[in-house]
Amino acid sequence: MVLNSIEKLLEKYDNGETSIKEEQQLRAYFAQENVAPHLESYKIMFQYFNNTKQELYTKDVPLKPRKSYIYQWISVAAVAVLMLGILIPNVFGEQETTVETVYTEQQLEAYNQTKEALSLLSSSFNDAASSVSTLSLVSTNFEKGTEKVNHINELAKTTNKLVKKNKKSKN
Amino acid sequence: MTQTDFIKLVMPFKDKVFRLAKRLLVSNEEAEDATQEILMKLWKNKQKIAEYKNVEAFSMTMTKNFCLDRLKSKQAQNLKIVHSNYQDNNTSLQSQVENRDSVDWVSKIIEELPEQQKIILQLRDIEAYDFDEIAKVVDMNPTAIRVALSRARKTIREKLTNTHRYGIK
Repeated sequence: MVLNSIEKLLEKYDNGETSIKEEQQLRAYFAQENVAPHLESYKIMFQYFNNTKQELYTKDVPLKPRKSYIYQWISVAAVAVLMLGILIPNVFGEQETTVETVYTEQQLEAYNQTKEALSLLSSSFNDAASSVSTLSLVSTNFEKGTEKVNHINELAKTTNKLVKKNKKSKN
Repeated sequence: MTQTDFIKLVMPFKDKVFRLAKRLLVSNEEAEDATQEILMKLWKNKQKIAEYKNVEAFSMTMTKNFCLDRLKSKQAQNLKIVHSNYQDNNTSLQSQVENRDSVDWVSKIIEELPEQQKIILQLRDIEAYDFDEIAKVVDMNPTAIRVALSRARKTIREKLTNTHRYGIK
């Protein structure tokens, strides 16, 4: 290649106006052994560029395929369901056990009727129990009466004895 | 998108990501970490990146932003990134030791350039991107990119000729 054209290219190169193709020409020129001595500094530059271009990244990159976290999420969901299962009956349990929500009207009616009948039964039972208690009162009074009668008997006996003694002393 | 699809998509530019990261972060380990980080991010968003027209430009932009953030946080922590493990794999091309030293010198000069110029120079002179692609990555208009590129190139050559002439290294 003519030195003249290289020098022109170098001027353009210094001004940053060369195209990629022109730069390739320059590269090719400076890759050879014999270069005009006044262009030695360019040669060093282009040699350096060439050398650096051959540096490679040799390390391996640890590429892990992205893990699917679906199993972890399933376990989380299972725990959540379990917790809800425990919590819901505790929080809302009172409502469910009230009579109004569970039974139908017919059942409710029957329930009320039996309730009334039972209360009737219990009130008459109470009456009977009170009459029984009056009986027991009577019996206790009766016992007291018999005790008093016994006292009278005792008194009578002692008076009889006194009377007998008086008769004997008169004789 | 399966793992093989992703690797097929990423393979062509993962080295470019690495080289850009290294250009900005300098150290090899830092650049490797950054590249890994970028690829992991892409992998995480694999559903989204399938929709992008230009995944490469997108990834390079991500790399640029990531590395600049890194540098910022490093500065905030007052830590200096030490250039310790620079090595050329291809010095066999140059038989002369002197020459290799000069080539090393280029990287040191580039290190001193402003970040924006570093990125543009990297994308243009090493990865041979055209100006439209660079414009996407750095979010500048082509004229401004040309100016920055010209400045970077001139600075490198100026410093190179200085070292050659005076032997300052």
